[in-house]
Amino acid sequence: MIIETLIAVTLVGALVTFLAPNRIAGKLAFAISLIPAAVSLWMFTAFDGSGNALLEGTLAFESRFEWITLGEYTISWFVGLDGISLPLVVLTTVLTSLAIVSSWTPIDDREAQFYGLVLFIEANLIGVFVALDFFLWFIFWEAVLIPMYLLIGVWGGPRRKYAAIKFFVYTNVASLVMFGAFIALVVGLGDAVTSFALPEITEAMLDGGPGEFAGIAGTTLTSVVFVAMFVGFAVKVPVVPFHTWLPDAHVEAPTPASVLLAGVLLKMGTYALLRFNFTMFPSDVVSTFAIPIAAIAVISVIYGAMLALAQTDLKRIVAYSSVSSMGYVILGLIAYTQYGVGGATFQMVSHGLISGLMFMAVGVIYNATHTRMVTDMSGMADKMPVAVGILIAGAFGYMGLPLMSGFAAEYFIFFGAFGSEMLEYAPIFTALAMFGIVIVAGYLLFAMQRTLFGPYRLETDYEVTRAPFHDVAPMFVLLGLIIALGVAPELIFDMIRDAVDPILGGEL
Amino acid sequence: MEPIALPDWAALGPALVLAVTALLLFVVDAVNPRKTNRPLIAGTATVGSLAALAVAVWYLLAGVGTPTGEGGRGEFHIFGDPGQFVIDEMALFFMVVVAVVTAMVAVASYDYMHDHAYFASYYSLVLLAATGMATMAAANSLVTIFIALELASLPSYALVAILKDNRGSVEGGLKYFLVGALSSAVMVYGISLVYGATGHLQLEAIAEVIAAGDAEPYSGLLGLGVLMLIGGFAFKTASVPFHFWAPEAYEGAPAPVAAFLSSASKAAGFVIAFRVFTTALPIGDLAPMGIDWATVFVVLAIVTMTVGNFAAAVQENVKRMLAYSSIGHAGYALIGLAGFVGPGGSELVMSAAMMHLLVYGFMNTGAFLFVGLAEYWGVGRTFEDYNGLATQAPIACSALAVFMFSLAGIPPFGGFWSKYFLFTGALSVGSTAMIAVAAALVVNSALSLYYYSRLVKAVWIEDPVPGREGLSQPVGLYAAIVFAAVMTVAVLPGFGPIADAATSAATALIA
Repeated sequence: MIIETLIAVTLVGALVTFLAPNRIAGKLAFAISLIPAAVSLWMFTAFDGSGNALLEGTLAFESRFEWITLGEYTISWFVGLDGISLPLVVLTTVLTSLAIVSSWTPIDDREAQFYGLVLFIEANLIGVFVALDFFLWFIFWEAVLIPMYLLIGVWGGPRRKYAAIKFFVYTNVASLVMFGAFIALVVGLGDAVTSFALPEITEAMLDGGPGEFAGIAGTTLTSVVFVAMFVGFAVKVPVVPFHTWLPDAHVEAPTPASVLLAGVLLKMGTYALLRFNFTMFPSDVVSTFAIPIAAIAVISVIYGAMLALAQTDLKRIVAYSSVSSMGYVILGLIAYTQYGVGGATFQMVSHGLISGLMFMAVGVIYNATHTRMVTDMSGMADKMPVAVGILIAGAFGYMGLPLMSGFAAEYFIFFGAFGSEMLEYAPIFTALAMFGIVIVAGYLLFAMQRTLFGPYRLETDYEVTRAPFHDVAPMFVLLGLIIALGVAPELIFDMIRDAVDPILGGEL
Repeated sequence: MEPIALPDWAALGPALVLAVTALLLFVVDAVNPRKTNRPLIAGTATVGSLAALAVAVWYLLAGVGTPTGEGGRGEFHIFGDPGQFVIDEMALFFMVVVAVVTAMVAVASYDYMHDHAYFASYYSLVLLAATGMATMAAANSLVTIFIALELASLPSYALVAILKDNRGSVEGGLKYFLVGALSSAVMVYGISLVYGATGHLQLEAIAEVIAAGDAEPYSGLLGLGVLMLIGGFAFKTASVPFHFWAPEAYEGAPAPVAAFLSSASKAAGFVIAFRVFTTALPIGDLAPMGIDWATVFVVLAIVTMTVGNFAAAVQENVKRMLAYSSIGHAGYALIGLAGFVGPGGSELVMSAAMMHLLVYGFMNTGAFLFVGLAEYWGVGRTFEDYNGLATQAPIACSALAVFMFSLAGIPPFGGFWSKYFLFTGALSVGSTAMIAVAAALVVNSALSLYYYSRLVKAVWIEDPVPGREGLSQPVGLYAAIVFAAVMTVAVLPGFGPIADAATSAATALIA
C-alpha cells in the first residue's frame, strides 16, 4: 500500500495547500512535498523487484485490485515498480520539492493555488510512472495536462494564453490519437485479453497479436496502431516535427513549471514509448520502422541543436536543447540494445536533472535582471557569481563532461546505438547524432561567453544583487545528484539494465 | 423473513415521495397566505427530494429489480403483470438521477429565487415535474408513458416562463410550449398508430404481438408510428430534429430550471426511449419487417452530437453554449440506442449511455448552477463578462473547471469514464456504422474541448473585468455547486458500483 500512500499524501497535500492562506502556501507545499520525496527515497533503498514490469518481472510494492468490470473487460487499480519506473518516480518527487523552493521568489500572486496545482501535478506524475493498468495510466497521463495548462496560463509570461492553449491542444489531440489506437488494438486482441492490465496485453501481443478487426487484418492493425501510438507519444516527447509547442510553453511558463515540464513531463513521452511501442510490440514490428524512427531521432538531435544555436532568449536555448536531448533518447530506444535502451532510460533521469538545473539557473538570473535576452546582458558573473557558476556547471553537464551524468547517458546511448543489430546503417546514424554534441557545446559556450563573461552590462532598470540562498540551494542539490550519477551511474543503471534486458529477449 | 412486508405499490416509492412533497408544499404555503416562509419551503423540497433519493438507493441496495435467481427481489409490476408500471433496476437508476438533480436544484434555488414572488409555486412545480420524471422511469405502457411525460412537461413550461417580467424567459417558455405541444401531438399520434398495428399499449404485450408476426400486415403503419415516437423522444431529450427549443428555453429560463431540464428531464426522456425500444419494439423482430429504428438512431446520434458541438463552439453567451453542449450530450447518449444495429452486444453501449446520463446529471447541473451563481452576482452573460472570476471566487471557479473538463471528457473526472465506455461500447458492437459513430464521438469530444476550455480560460486566465464589486457567497448555490463538483470527481474512483448497476440494468432490460 506504500504507493497508494505516496499518491494519496500528495493529493491531500495539494488540496490542503490549495485552501491554505497565500502567505504560508509556499513553505507548506515544500514541507508536504518532503513526504513523498522521503517515501520515494525509502522505496529506492527498499526496492526488491527484478525484471521488467510488463514481461513477467517481479514487481516491487505491487498492489492490485479490481475496480470496474465492463462487459468482458476488467479495469483494476494496478500499480507497481520496476527498475525503469522507480528512478523516474524518485526524479519526480525530488524535482518537485526543489521546484517548489525555486518558486518562492518568482511567484507572488495566488500562491496557494499555484502550489496546490504543483502538488497535484506531482501526484499525477507519480501515477503515470507507477500505473500498470492502461486506464489508470491514462487517467494520470491526462490529468497532468490540466494543472500544467493552468500553471502556464495563469502564472506565465506575456504570451501565456497562446502558449497554454497550444500546449493543451497539441498534447491532448496526441493523446486522443494514441488512446483511440490503443483501444482498437485491445478490441482487436479479442478473447486473448480480459483486462486492461499492461502485462496481460503485452503477453497477448507477443503471443500472436490481434486478429481481424472490422475488416482490417491483424498485422495491418498492429502496424497502424504502432504508428499512431508513436505519433501520440512523439508529440509529448517532443521530436521534430511535433516540437513547436515546446519552446512556446517553456518560454511563457513560470520557472518551476518549466522545471517540471522539461524535467518530468517530457519523460512521460519517452517512458510511454519505451513501455508501449518498444516493449509491447514484437521486435519484428519495431524493426520495420527502425530506419524512419532513427531518422526522426537524428533530425531531432541536429535540428533541435541548430534551432538552439539561432536563439537569443536563454530559456528558448534550453528549451530547444531539450528537443535535441530527447532525440538521443529515441535513438537509444530504437537501437534496441541493452546499452541503447538502458542508456535512453538513464538519459531520461539525467536530462531531467540537468534541464531542471538549467531552467532554475536561468530563472534565478531572470529574477534579478528581468530579462533573458542574450543581447541585453553581459558580465553577469561579476554580479551573481554563485548562480552563474552553477549555470556553467549545468551547461557542462549538458555538453557531456565526464563524471557528470550527461556524459554517462550519452556514452551509453552511443555505445548501444553503434552496435545495434536492429538498425541498419547504425554507425552512420550514431555518427550523425554525435555531431549534435558539437553543436550543443557551440551554442552553450557561445551564449555563456556573451552573457556571463566580459564587462558588466545590463539593459534593465533593476538593481542586480546576489540571489537569495533558497534560490541557489536547490541547484546545489541538483548539481550534487548530477555528479553522483556521473561518478557512479550504476546507482540506477543496474536496476535499469535488469528491467531492460527482458525487452531484448534476455540476452545482450 | 420480512418484518414488515411492504405492499407492491410501495415499489413506486421514490415517485410517490416526490408527489407527496409537492402537495405538502401547497399546504405549507397555504397555512399563511400573506407570508412566505422561504427556508421552510426550500427545506421541505430538499428533504423531500433527498428522501426520494434515499428510497431509490435503498431499493437498489435491497435488491429490488435484481432477478430473484441472483438473490434479489425481482421486478415489481403495478396494475397487472406485466403491468402499467415496472420497477426494475433501470427505473431505480434513473429515479436516483432525477432525485439527486432535484435535490441540487432545490438547494441552489433558495438563493437564486430568493426575491421571487412565486417562491412556493416554483418549488411545487419543480417537485411535480420531478414526480413526472420519476414516473417516466417506471412507466411500462404507452399510456402511462404519455401521462408521465405530460406530468413532467406541463410544470416545465411554467417553470421556464416563471420570470414573467423577463422577455427571454417568456419567449423561451412559449417556444418550449409550442414545440412541446407539437411533439406531444406527434407522439400521441404515433402511439395510436402503434396501437392500431398491434392492438396493445402495454409494452410487453406489443412485443408479443410483434414477435408472433401478427403485426406483419400493418408494418407500414407500425413503421410510421415508430418514427413518430422517435419524434416525441427527440423533443424530450433535446435531440435533432426537435432540439431547437432548447437554446431559447435554457437561456431564458432561470438557471436552476435550465439545470433541471437539461439534466433530469433529458435523462427521463432517455429512460422511456430505452424502455420502449428495447421492451416493446425489439430490433430483432422489427428489422426483418423493414423497421430498422437502430439505423435511424445511428444517424440521429451523429447528427445531434455534431450539430450541438458545432453550434456550441460559436456561442458568445455562456448559457447558450451550455444549452448547445447539452444537445451534443444528447447525441452521445443516443449512442446507447444506436448500438442496436448489431452485430455485437448492445448491453455495453446502453449501460454506457445510462452511466453517461448519471454523470451528466452532476457535471451539467453543476455547470448550469455556476451560471446561476454568475447571474446571482450579476456579472453578465458572455464569456468576456466571466473574465477573471477566479481571482474573486476561487472555489466556485475550481468547481467550474471540474465541470468543464469533465464535460469535455478529460480524466480524472467522471465524464471521462462514461464517454470512454460509450467509445469502447460502440467499437465492441463491431459494425462499420458504429465505428463511424465512435469516430464522430472522438472528433466531437476534441472539438468540445475548445469551447469548454474557453470558459476555463475566461475565469482562470484572463485578467479580471475592472471595477467588479466583491462577490458574495450564497450558501445554497455554493453548497449545490461544490456538491456537484465533489460528486463529479468522486464518481471516478466510485465508478465500479455505478457501472455494475447500469450494466445489470441494461442486461435485464434487453434480455
